[in-house]
Amino acid sequence: MYIPTIGCEVHCELKTKTKLFCSCKNEFGGEPNTHCCPVCSGFPGVLPSLNEMAVEYAVKAGLALHSTINKFSKWDRKNYFYPDLPKAWQTSQYDLPLCVGGYVEFMLDGKLKRVRLNRIHLEEDAGKLVHDGGVSRVDYNRCGVPLIEIVTEPDMHSAEEVVAFLTELKSVLKYTGISDVKMQEGSLRCDVNLSVAEEGAPLGTRTETKNLNSFRAVARSVLYETRRQIDEITSGGKIVQETRRFDDNKGVGYAMRSKEDAHDYRYFPEPDLLPVVFTDKKLEKIASSIPELKAARISRYMGEFSLPEYDARVLTADKEVSDLFDETVSLGVDPKKASNFIMSEVLRLAKSDGSEEVELKISSKTLAGILKLLHSDEINNLGAKSLLAALWGTEADPRSKAEEMGLLQSNDEGEIKAIFDSVIAANKKQAEDFISGNDKLRGYFVGQVMRAAGGKANPKIINALLDKLKAGI
Amino acid sequence: MNGISDEEVKHIAKLSAIGLSEKEMSSMKKHLSAVLDYFKTLDKVDVSGVSPTAHILSAVNVLREDTPRESMPTDELMKTAPDSDGSSYTVPRVVE
Repeated sequence: MYIPTIGCEVHCELKTKTKLFCSCKNEFGGEPNTHCCPVCSGFPGVLPSLNEMAVEYAVKAGLALHSTINKFSKWDRKNYFYPDLPKAWQTSQYDLPLCVGGYVEFMLDGKLKRVRLNRIHLEEDAGKLVHDGGVSRVDYNRCGVPLIEIVTEPDMHSAEEVVAFLTELKSVLKYTGISDVKMQEGSLRCDVNLSVAEEGAPLGTRTETKNLNSFRAVARSVLYETRRQIDEITSGGKIVQETRRFDDNKGVGYAMRSKEDAHDYRYFPEPDLLPVVFTDKKLEKIASSIPELKAARISRYMGEFSLPEYDARVLTADKEVSDLFDETVSLGVDPKKASNFIMSEVLRLAKSDGSEEVELKISSKTLAGILKLLHSDEINNLGAKSLLAALWGTEADPRSKAEEMGLLQSNDEGEIKAIFDSVIAANKKQAEDFISGNDKLRGYFVGQVMRAAGGKANPKIINALLDKLKAGI
Repeated sequence: MNGISDEEVKHIAKLSAIGLSEKEMSSMKKHLSAVLDYFKTLDKVDVSGVSPTAHILSAVNVLREDTPRESMPTDELMKTAPDSDGSSYTVPRVVE
């Protein structure tokens, strides 16, 4: 029985205003080479100048992920020759990274799983190549964008574990506010190191599959590479240590350049940058600037709002959802009711396009408006659902929209009673059956009254009238 | 002078994406060997009591505020390029 052993290298772009070593804008997209200067374009003789915010963001990530911050950290050159890197070296950190150790914890199949981190270092991103016929076009807008590389220990053994790890890591990073963590825009990317071995045996030779940019691609590449290595070994072959790519469209992986050459990086200390040194005071200041993280929100929801742990976890899985919940509650909506509606209806719409990202197209103000109509019985559950769908992505006023859609229901007991009486009069036989104990007819009567009222009668009032009828009041 | 092997010179040339003729190869071998020999002088220094040096300067924490400045106009940048399409550098197609 072969089992895979997996470690990840996760690259996360930091959302500073400027690049790591120059004052060009750090912005996704833009026309090619419009956010470039002699520094990030690798002109001879230029000098890097370190972005203070990027260093703080990397430290924030480290603190949020339980790492130890190195009080003395330095810069190194990682040399390789490729057109996406105009200097022919990447400025990175080798032996003294900003953060060492740490861990990510998450629940999987009802068990708490911990993946240990080896280190987090700060480095610059490379440019983008677009291959076009006989040439490659080079765009350095992304070149020099600050990036943290989070390296795990080989603590994972299945695609599910890797995806659960990445989901939790992404969530923590989003809470710290240091990155957009958008896989589809490349601000979060993952390399997967994987080897297989029989249970209990020493680790096998590993391969590295680079640049996976969706959870789906990560899961599929893990399954593919595990299968490939097992097949190779059981048919008498040997695993070659190599760098691989995974084509998510075709669902196949293939080898890239041989590791031997690719990884001869000849690191040496960067002479153009000075070390970074932290005092305890500075670290405390950075720590105090970290916003409320997920674990703290979970306990607050369970304590202050008495929500069940499950609900607290679902609500906090994504920072934007948690923010929406907090704001909606602060607008005066009952926490449990807000939680139920967000967990069922809002999340369903937010994930309806099959995307891995939660996309909230509703403001807390609109959501609170809908929930207030629901809880004052001006609309019913079904109405609240359709109203949410209708208001999704709009700024319209919930009450006017509900009115326009004819969702506002009548709470006028006299009016409903009149309709109710006429329905009973027209269905004497069923009414007698109901009174003598056939409760299955309840739904029938609610439906009949509702129909006669044009769908606008409050079902609670109809039910109360039915109760009275049965009790002979 | 014992210096550097032919294989090592070839390897470094490959990593730097530089093609070398036989003649250039032997010249490069001579020069690189001389450089390495020169550095051997350092081996004579007793550094047993010296902690590893990250930088020759004693200054630390030279940092810049995170405030954007104008970038260079694309056409100015492209003027410096050996080859471009006006907005991107163009290089011979690279395939990994």
